[in-house]
Order: sequence, then C-alpha cells, then structure tokens
Amino acid sequence: MSERKPVAEGLFTWPSDEPQLIGARCTGCGVVTFPAQRSCPSCTGTEMAAELLPRRGTLWTWTVQGFLPKSPPYKGPETPKDFAPYGVGYVELRGAVKVETRLTTADPAELRIGREMELVILPFTTADGDELVTFAFQPV
Amino acid sequence: MSSDDVAIIGIGIHPFGRHEATGMEQGAHAARQALADAGIGWNDVQYAFGGSAAAGNADTMVSQLGLTGLPFINVANGCATGGSALISAYNAIRSGAADVVMAIGFDKHPRGAFDPNPADFGLGEWYGDTGLMLTTQFFGMKIQRYMHEYGITANTLAKVAVKAFRNGSLNDNAWRRQPMSEDQVVNATMLANPLTQYMFCSPGEGGVALVLASTEAAKRLGASNAVFLKAASLRSRRFGSFEVFSPWLSLDRAGSPSVDAARAAFAQAGIEPGEVDVAQIQDTESGAEIMHMAETGLCADGEQEELIQTGQTEIGGRLPINTDGGCLANGEPIGASGLRQVYETVLQLQGRAGARQVPDAPAVGFTHVYGAPGISACTVITR
Repeated sequence: MSERKPVAEGLFTWPSDEPQLIGARCTGCGVVTFPAQRSCPSCTGTEMAAELLPRRGTLWTWTVQGFLPKSPPYKGPETPKDFAPYGVGYVELRGAVKVETRLTTADPAELRIGREMELVILPFTTADGDELVTFAFQPV
Repeated sequence: MSSDDVAIIGIGIHPFGRHEATGMEQGAHAARQALADAGIGWNDVQYAFGGSAAAGNADTMVSQLGLTGLPFINVANGCATGGSALISAYNAIRSGAADVVMAIGFDKHPRGAFDPNPADFGLGEWYGDTGLMLTTQFFGMKIQRYMHEYGITANTLAKVAVKAFRNGSLNDNAWRRQPMSEDQVVNATMLANPLTQYMFCSPGEGGVALVLASTEAAKRLGASNAVFLKAASLRSRRFGSFEVFSPWLSLDRAGSPSVDAARAAFAQAGIEPGEVDVAQIQDTESGAEIMHMAETGLCADGEQEELIQTGQTEIGGRLPINTDGGCLANGEPIGASGLRQVYETVLQLQGRAGARQVPDAPAVGFTHVYGAPGISACTVITR
C-alpha cells in the first residue's frame, strides 16, 4: 500500500506506521482547523501553525451513506449493482477538533455516539483506476 | 398597519413537481398570476428581484413578461435565493427606491440528489472524491446527534413525513399528493441513517412570485386583502455552528444561522415566537423540521417530541407547521422554495387555503429557510 498516493497532499502523514491527520492551530486563539488553513475563522487571525492531530477520539455523530453518490464529484469505483453503504461520522479529537470522516463500518450496531475510534489509512481505488489512500476511523 | 409596513398585494405560483415547461416559463407563469392576483399589470412594477439556482438568469424573463425597462436584479444565494429576493424587495420599498416591487424565484433541477462541486464551497476535491460531499449525510448526522441529546424518537421523524404528505394531499400545487402511512415511511430505503427515503425531500421544479408594495401604493392600487411583511431577515453562520459540507467542526458548538435569522425577524417585527399562528419552516428532511422548530424559537429543544406525538403541529393543532406539505410534499426547487412558504402564509392569513385552512383566522405567520453553506432567511407576516 505504501506505493499508493494520498487522495490529497497535506491531509495526513503518509507513508507512516502511525499516520496522523494534519491540522492547523491558530497561534492567537488556539482554534484548530482540519484540513490546515491559513487563517482562523474564529478570531480572523492569520498566524496558523501546522499541528498533527491525535490518532484517537470519540464518535460524536454518525450516519450511513445508503446510496451511490453522484459522480462527479464522487470518484469511488462502485456501480449501482455492487455499491455497499459506508459509514460517515464526526470524530471528536480531544483538545483539538471534530473531524468528518469515513468510518470502517456501516453497521449501526457498531456505531454508538461516544465510542472510542482510531485513525486508519485505507486503499481507495477510483473508478478511473487511480490507486490512492484515504483516511477513515475504525471502532477500537 | 403603519406607514413603514410593506404590503404583499399579489401572489402567484406554478405548481411544483415535474413539468415540460422550462424553469423560466414556470417563473413567468407565477409572475403573471401574481400580477392578476394584485389586479395590476407588469407596467406597474417598478423594480424586480429574482433568481434560480439551475434554471437561468431571472432578469431574462422580461422578454416574456414585457420589456418595460424596469431595473431587475438577479439574486443568487443558494437555498435562500427566494428569501434574499424578498429581502431585497422589502428593502427597496423601505428605502423609498420603489413602491411596487416583484420578488420571484423559480427552478428546475435534474432528478436525484444535488451534486455540488467542492470548489464552489471552498473545499478540496478530495472531499467530493471520497464521498463526503452529500447534503443527505449532514442531515442524517445532525438529527442523529440531536436525537441523542434531546430524546427525539424515530417514530416522531416518521410522523413529520406523514403529516407532510397528508397536507400535500390537500394542496393542488404540491408534487407529492399521496398520503403515506408511518409504516411506509419507516420501512422505506434507508438513505442516511436514521432518515429513510420518504423522510427526505427531492430537488424539483416550480416557481413563485410575490408583488410587494408600500402601504400607500397598496391603497392607491386598491389592494383590499393585503397582508403585511413585518420582517425579513437573512443570516450567515457564526463560528461553531454545525453546517453542511464541514470537513471539521470546532469543539465548542454555537447556535445555527436559523437561530440568528429568526431572532432578528421576531425582533424587527416586535412579535414573540409564541404569537405565531402558522409556520412554514425548512423541512429538507423530517429531522430538519424538528430541529428548526427549536432553532427558530417556536419551542424548546426536546419539546418537539410531545408536540408532534400529540398532533400539535397538524393543521388543527396549537402550532400548525408546513400546512402546504412543506419541502417534503412540494420538493425543493431551490430558487422558489422560500417564496412558496410566503405564498402559503399569505393564503392562510387571508383565509384562502381551502381544505388545508388553519381554523380560527390565523393572524401571525412565520417562514424559515435554511441552506448551504449555512444560511437562513426568515419572515414574519401579519394580517
């Protein structure tokens, strides 16, 4: 998987044995954004420092994407026939930020608000055959 | 009424749903109907504001309505396009720039969920590439959290949809006019847990036009049954609100733009939320209606469970909501949707709503739209 490219530069450290999402913290008010951005939407400051985000957090809310998203913008390889619903949620990373993310499970029985979650990097092969990796969170 | 008030003297609509006509033609149809309702001609309109998200530039409609040379400003503000056209018309009258103004909204969207472009929302392509750019996910996640915090049940979500389709069945201009049972709604395909197919509205088609006038002009034109736009407000999001298309949220949560827009509208009107007799609020899906009830101040967080379970938001209830079937039964032609709410409110206040008329002569109406990327527009309307 290490030869695969990330879906975008600057989203997470890769390749890495302990990958982390890359955010930015406002040096003025301490607010963290993900992805990193150059200005702070809270205090309007423009001094932002890159920050690697915690690898673990808790599930703040979730849903299951039940139908094949339209393409564009979606670049996944599924067809209406073989599409399998996927989980999506916000994971609260303590002291930092809540990040929106795909989840490794779409089973409502496994998805409980408050559950401990951990970052993983997963292969993401596009409909065009590009071999990429993206981030997701899995229940611990 | 006071001389500061803005009167709504004519309303027009093109039925919502799926049609042969272009979006622009549907808008022109609504405009002609609004003029007829006001008993005036296109020549009498001094200023116009209008918009659509996917059906062309509103100002080109003058080639169908008449080339009178009036100033016609296109408005593009996502789901608040209609609301923004209305606010512009309201301000034009209040400022004295004109005293007879049209606000118009129309649209025609392709079938299926919206397919927005990440760049239009300031997001990286990866967000759309990896399957996160869907409004349906946002609504599922927002109501999921809300149910967890405030004890709203899945059955209450179903009841909101059942009410919408029942009210839609009483509305000749609605798209979905077939009543549905709770079982049908609950057992439909799960699109974005906890929301099923029939708990979501669909992008659609339709057009609405309103003729507004100063109180003086309303008198001059002989408007007999006018109602008054007491307030029209628009707000964007503040830091910390939970909005659609957000790759991240702050740890501390703030109120939504709906909270701010509703507060501003009630303050401007000098009317309390408790005085509202009939409300049309954004029901992109069942959960949105529930959450927006509290965000707009019509009830407290969590109170919806009892209000809905005891039928208080039905047409005969204490707080009738989405009496025309809302977005669920009418679909969502983005440009027209907010003005449809005003159209219905005017009918209700004038006692012209027929089979779905709220009893006991409602005197105060309220409307609310919400949309990407975190905007809300509200109005307060009185007899």
